[in-house]
Amino acid sequence: MEPSTIIANIGYLISIACFILGIKRLGKVKTARSANMLSASAMAIAVISQLVELGAIDYQFIIAGVLLGSLIGAIFAIKVQMTAMPQLVAIFNGFGGLASTLVGLSLFTSAWFALTGSESAALGGLAIQGTAGLSTAITLILSIVIGSITFTGSIMAFLKLSDTFGRQFGNPILLPARHVLNALIAIGVVASSYYWIASAADPSMSINMAIAITVLTLLLGFLLVIPIGGADMPVVISLLNSYSGLAAAAAGFALGSNVLIVSGSLVGASGLILTSIMCKAMNRSLANVMFGGFGGDAAVSSGDKDQGYANVKSSDPEEAAMDFDGIQSVVIVPGYGLAVAQGQNAVKEFADQLKAKGVQVRYAIHPVAGRMPGHMNVLLAESSVPYDELYEMDAINNDFQATDIAVVVGANDVVNPAAKDDESSPLYGMPVLNVDESRMVFVIKRSLSPGFAGVKNELFERDNTRMIYGDAKKVLEEMTSHLNED
Amino acid sequence: MTGELLIGLYIFILSIFLGFELIAKVPPTLHTPLMSGSNAISGITILGALTCVNSESPIANYIGCAAITLAIINVVGGFLVTDRMLKMFRK
Repeated sequence: MEPSTIIANIGYLISIACFILGIKRLGKVKTARSANMLSASAMAIAVISQLVELGAIDYQFIIAGVLLGSLIGAIFAIKVQMTAMPQLVAIFNGFGGLASTLVGLSLFTSAWFALTGSESAALGGLAIQGTAGLSTAITLILSIVIGSITFTGSIMAFLKLSDTFGRQFGNPILLPARHVLNALIAIGVVASSYYWIASAADPSMSINMAIAITVLTLLLGFLLVIPIGGADMPVVISLLNSYSGLAAAAAGFALGSNVLIVSGSLVGASGLILTSIMCKAMNRSLANVMFGGFGGDAAVSSGDKDQGYANVKSSDPEEAAMDFDGIQSVVIVPGYGLAVAQGQNAVKEFADQLKAKGVQVRYAIHPVAGRMPGHMNVLLAESSVPYDELYEMDAINNDFQATDIAVVVGANDVVNPAAKDDESSPLYGMPVLNVDESRMVFVIKRSLSPGFAGVKNELFERDNTRMIYGDAKKVLEEMTSHLNED
Repeated sequence: MTGELLIGLYIFILSIFLGFELIAKVPPTLHTPLMSGSNAISGITILGALTCVNSESPIANYIGCAAITLAIINVVGGFLVTDRMLKMFRK
C-alpha cells in the first residue's frame, strides 16, 4: 500500500468516527449545533483524504465544481425562509440523488471509453466484464437507479410543496393505469440491467442499456410521487431522504469506498426511521401512502356523505379575546395553515400577551403537523418560542381535560375527533390531539373547507368550539391587540 | 472483488443497525435539523465524484464535474441551513 493510501484511510476512519458521533450528538438540543459542525468537519476530513489518495491529478474540474456548488449551496441556505424548509430539503435530496446517478454514469462512461475508445483498456478499479466485474456492475446500476428515482421524485415533491403550478397540483394526481405503467417501467429497468450485464462484450449494447435505465428510472421517480397528496409529503420527504443516502451507499459499493457505505447507510437508516414515525402518526402503512392515492379517493367518497356542517358557532377576534379573561391555561395547536399564513411571529406575540396576564401557554405539536417532520418546531423556533414550551402529542394529550382554552391555528385533520370515535371515518385510528376535551376550543381557519384528507371535521360542530374565520396571522394579531385593551 | 463486496455488505448491514440505534433517540423537535443534517451527509457522494474527473474520457470528466457540483451543493447548503436552524433553538 502506498503511503498516500494509508494516510487517506486513516483520514476515512477518523471521518467515519466523527460522522457517527455527529449524528449521536444531534439527538440533544444542547449538543446539536456542535454536532452539526462535527459532521461538517468529518466531511472536510473525508474530502481531503480522498484528494490525498488521488494524488496529483488535474484539479480544474474539481475546483470548478467545488466553487460553483459551494456558492449555489450557500445561497440556498442563507436565502431560504423557514416556512420553505420542506421544499429546500426536497430539492437537496434530489441533488444528492442526481449526484449518485452521475457518479455511476461517469464511472460507466469511463470504463466504456477504455474498452472501445483507446488502447488503454486497463482502467483503475472498474471493469464491466467478467464475473469479477459483476458485483461492480450491479452496484453501479443500483446507484444509477436509486439516484434517478430520488432525483425526479424529489423534483416532483418540490413542485407539489412550492405551489409552482397552483394548489391543485399539491393534490394527488391519479394517472390512468398508473400501477400497470409503474410495473412495466420496473420490468423494463430489470430487463435493461440484465442485458447490460449480459452484453459486456458488446459496448454499443451496454451504453444503450445504460441510457435506457437512466431514462426509465427518471420517469419512474416522477410517476411514483405524482399520485401522492401534499399532506403525505412528510412521509415522501423522509423516504427520499433515505433513498439519497442509499444511493450514496450504492455508489460506495461500486467504488469500494467504505466511507460512502457507512455514511450513506446512516442517512438511509435515519430516513427510514422518520418514514416509519410519520406513517405511524397517520395510522397508515407505507404502501398505502405510496400507492393509495389518498386525498383524491377520500374526497370522492365524502362527496356522497353530507359535507355540510350544522350548528357551527363562530366568533370574532374581539369577542374571542374576552373569553381569555381570567383563564389559567392555553394550549396552542399549530398546523400547516400557520406556515402558509407566515403567522409564526403573530402566534408568539399572542402567547407573550397571554403570559403577561399570568396564563400558562403551551404548544401541542402533532408529528405530522406541517409538511415535513419537525416543521412546526423549526417555524416556532424561528420566532423565538422556547422549545421547552413545545409538547409532543403523547406528552400533552392527557392535559387537554384540564385546559381552559385550546387554540387551533391552521390545523385540521390532526385534531379531528372522528379519528377516535367514528369507525366509518377515513381518519379512524389515526392518533389525534384531544383538543375537543378542553373547556373551550377556538379554531382559526379560512373557511370550513376540509383538510387534505378531504374529511369533515366534527370538532367544528362541538358545543365548546368557536370558529374564527380568516387569515391566521391577521386573526392572531387582532386578538393580541384586543387582549391588550383589557 | 467478491471479497471486497462481502466486506462492504458487512459494513452496510452494521451501519444500518447503528443508524437505527443512533437516530431512534432523536426527539421530534430536532427532526427537521436531523433531516437536513443527514441530507448534508448524503453529499458524501462527493468522494465518488472526485474520483470521476480523472478519466481519459472527456465526457466522463464532465459528468464527474457536474456530480461534484451537485454533491457540494448538498454538503455546503445542508450543513449551513442546519446550523441556521439550530442557532434558533433556545430554552
